[in-house]
Amino acid sequence: MGLGMRDIKRRIKSVNSTKQITKAMELVSSAKLRKAKEQMEKTKPYFNTMEETIQGILVNTNGIRHEFLTQREVKKTAYIVITADRGLCGGYNSNIIKLVNQHMKEKPNKSIIAVGSKGRDFFKKRHFDLDGEFTHLSETPSFSKAQEISRLALELYKQEMVDEVYLVYTEFITTINQKPSVKRLLPLDMSVEGGKRESKTMIAYEPSPEAVLGYLVPKYIDSMVFGALVEASTSEQAARRVAMESATDNAEEMIGSLKLKYNRARQASITQEIAEIVGGAEALK
Amino acid sequence: MPSKFHLQIITPTRTFLDEEIEMVVLRTTEGDLGILKNHIPLVTPLAIGKLKIMSDGTTREAAIAGGFVHVDREKTVIITDTAEWPEEIDVKRAEESKNRAESRLGKDAPEVDTIRAEIALKKAMNRLNVANKR
Repeated sequence: MGLGMRDIKRRIKSVNSTKQITKAMELVSSAKLRKAKEQMEKTKPYFNTMEETIQGILVNTNGIRHEFLTQREVKKTAYIVITADRGLCGGYNSNIIKLVNQHMKEKPNKSIIAVGSKGRDFFKKRHFDLDGEFTHLSETPSFSKAQEISRLALELYKQEMVDEVYLVYTEFITTINQKPSVKRLLPLDMSVEGGKRESKTMIAYEPSPEAVLGYLVPKYIDSMVFGALVEASTSEQAARRVAMESATDNAEEMIGSLKLKYNRARQASITQEIAEIVGGAEALK
Repeated sequence: MPSKFHLQIITPTRTFLDEEIEMVVLRTTEGDLGILKNHIPLVTPLAIGKLKIMSDGTTREAAIAGGFVHVDREKTVIITDTAEWPEEIDVKRAEESKNRAESRLGKDAPEVDTIRAEIALKKAMNRLNVANKR
């Protein structure tokens, strides 16, 4: 009969309390997801125009030499890795870290700028170079924090401490589908999607193209980092919601099968009792 | 009536303005600049200052904190860190941050980040300036 009735009852109780917790977490993260999505909607036009403008300018500025645009020999690569501060969100954190590890294989030297404590702990434990760490911003990403991160990356790049900067974050596609992705921040990607635009307009730059680019590129990086933060935090909530939902479902299933077991055990014990009584009565005859 | 063109003002947290207007006056890092319809394509950084938007005989003002403007044939886009209408400005907060920045600048200590304090002071004064004109 395996477990006794009391043991089964205890298991049911414990699974049930776990279920209550996962259910509560699911509700919390769906509320947070809604908020995060709203923020993402609001910030979207900013990135889109930013990207459009920068691309448009880059197409029209062939021949301008700028430190942010020219490739250097890659001696060291920096990764800005955006993870969550907390676990219990399915494969969200491990997927990001897996992608980073995979991407890093071909690079001779690398350093990490960790955003979120999960990623920081992982790379710290494995003795990677940590150039910076930022935690407790995955829930409410702010533009000023994003600026801090991007300024750090730009500074490292300017001082030639690193020759490439990659941004690794989780792209939000739908609530049930998020994809970890790598983007190169520096030097800027000059390959414009969809080939060159047809009409090359002459654009005036005040005071000079170089000065404008020198001003714009850091801004562009800021906005890329901020966009990634916002998207990653939305993805995190979505991942957590889905993970908690399936945890709740699993708990329910478990409770179901445990209840079945419990009832069987109960029935078996009643049957046995009756058999014993009948047997006893038979013996008395 | 002067002809209109499309102006968008976008900040990281919202689309501040998205409409057809007649003229916009900006403060760039090189000086004030007025933009009318059919301006040549232009990209230039903006200074901390105020923005004047004119359309249908009315003039509106807003405080913006840096950023840049991209004038294109179809539309003009201003991308900035923050943009506020006068009525949105928290005068008390701006005054506080002005005082804070002033006291930091007055200290003349090596640990004070002068550039940052100056920027903070400029932003605060700009906000007060725009808010008080209401």
